[in-house]
Amino acid sequence: MPELLRDTVTVFSREITPELRSPVGIVLAMGQPLLFLILFGSMLVGTEADLGAGAGDIWQWFVPGILVMMCLMGPLSAGHSMLSELTGGQMERFLVTPVSRTSLILGRTAKDTATLFAQAILITAIAIPLGMELHLTGALAAMALLIVMAVGLSALSYVLAIASLPSGNLFWMVTQMVIFPITLLSGILLPVEAAPGWLSTAAMVNPVAFVVEAARALFVGDFLDTSVLHGALAATALATIGLGLSTRAMKRGF
Amino acid sequence: MIRAEGLRRTFKVGKETIEAVRDVSFDVAGGELLALLGPNGAGKSTTLRMLTTLLPPTAGRVHIAGFDAAREPGRVRRAIGYVGQKNACGENHRIRDELITQGRCYGLRLRDARRRADEVLEILGISDLAARVPGTLSGGQRRCVDIALGLVHNPSVLFLDEPTTGLDPHSRAGLWDQIQRLRREHGITILLTTHYLDEADRVADRIVIVDRGRVIADGTAPALKADLADDHLHITTVDTDSASAAARVAGQLAGVSQVAAEGQAVHMRIADAGAALPAYLRLLHHDAITVTHAGMRRPSLDDVFINLTGRKLEGTGHAYETTGAEPIGNTHA
Repeated sequence: MPELLRDTVTVFSREITPELRSPVGIVLAMGQPLLFLILFGSMLVGTEADLGAGAGDIWQWFVPGILVMMCLMGPLSAGHSMLSELTGGQMERFLVTPVSRTSLILGRTAKDTATLFAQAILITAIAIPLGMELHLTGALAAMALLIVMAVGLSALSYVLAIASLPSGNLFWMVTQMVIFPITLLSGILLPVEAAPGWLSTAAMVNPVAFVVEAARALFVGDFLDTSVLHGALAATALATIGLGLSTRAMKRGF
Repeated sequence: MIRAEGLRRTFKVGKETIEAVRDVSFDVAGGELLALLGPNGAGKSTTLRMLTTLLPPTAGRVHIAGFDAAREPGRVRRAIGYVGQKNACGENHRIRDELITQGRCYGLRLRDARRRADEVLEILGISDLAARVPGTLSGGQRRCVDIALGLVHNPSVLFLDEPTTGLDPHSRAGLWDQIQRLRREHGITILLTTHYLDEADRVADRIVIVDRGRVIADGTAPALKADLADDHLHITTVDTDSASAAARVAGQLAGVSQVAAEGQAVHMRIADAGAALPAYLRLLHHDAITVTHAGMRRPSLDDVFINLTGRKLEGTGHAYETTGAEPIGNTHA
């Protein structure tokens, strides 16, 4: 166990070092969610739409969705970087060392979640001058929930990267096919309740939709809402499945 | 130091089973430099991947530095360094950072890993590249970095998969100097694959030739050439009639094969050209055939491969055109 921890720290430091050397990259990677926040979000507020946004303002409804969007996009680049190291010689180089196979996954997911956390704080901070009322403990709890989900999603994208070897084509096909429906069906941009029956049924089987609901409840400080429990279960399930599959794939070799 | 016993590896591609490696066995002594030669797809890299614990063999055993690779992969990994075909340094990572990470992967403390990173940079003469990222390096420099990564933990065995492929002659020569120096100063056992025959000929203590997943020859370069390929011998006469007459005379020589007359020249393969040439010239003199030029050449490793398989090792793999007599039946059992 101490070796697993030590190796995870080694892999984490390797992955985080280039980001720390040029932190601009973390901000640039936020381009899309930032555009959504500032351009789309401002318009949404302007419509004064009824989004079923319980007690809070529209920003408190919209920002958690943008954070989830980041959690969906982040793993995409995580899997991409893993894929390029799998098809290049870098992963092979690690596999001939005695480094723990599990740590190669854990260290990477730790880095992914660390950058996501930094980005989530930035997005939330930017939303405050735009007019969002901040419920600090609620926002932090929401971020914790999102991080659990992000661990699962990035671990799953690593499984996909490994499964798509040697060409890597499968990775792009599946990612393209999965990311957009999941994003649209999670109620990030518009409430799922507004969808016709068949569509909201489809959203019902999307674990990300539960996490979005839970994050919104947490953002207004509604810790006891049942959606929080459902979201926590969905996020934990994603993390468990993702880590289980990815460490198994890593140990089996390829 | 390295022992491969009956290695075999199959891959399933759809419903087909491909035998990448059928039967590969060899030993490498401590401090030896062994070159694994063979055409593309012969199973060199698959063999290397099995020797380095990257790929479990379908059958057979691997022992490195006294450890069984299947039972104690951790011990084997500690003993070996591996330089794969592709570049091992992450694109966004500085060279020194990667070397430190590599040391940490072998359990070195951060301070020791830093010290060791600077040492290997020094050994390979690339200290000035420490803060660069791989994208800014030349092919030869990148290869040096790969080797540095393979040396961080002071391995006793180093595996190099086509270390010089794609490098210009100058970088190739530089890299070989480094490799030879590592052997001299650190006594490292080295197993490398290459398809540059001249390199294998020049640097390897021993050569193992693999073809279609099997070992077809194993020995020193001079021994392989002496046992498995004939010398080249050629003469030039004054006209085509003399050449055909001289070719007929050549047929009487002991140990001759593949005699061919081409214009005014005669070319043949023969067991001991040094001894055969004076005898041949005497016979031609007796028949009043004028010889204007005579020469001979020792066989190359490519000749060895052609003799063993009937195919050329270098180039695009088109069949060797035999001129005249049958190839000699001197094949390796």
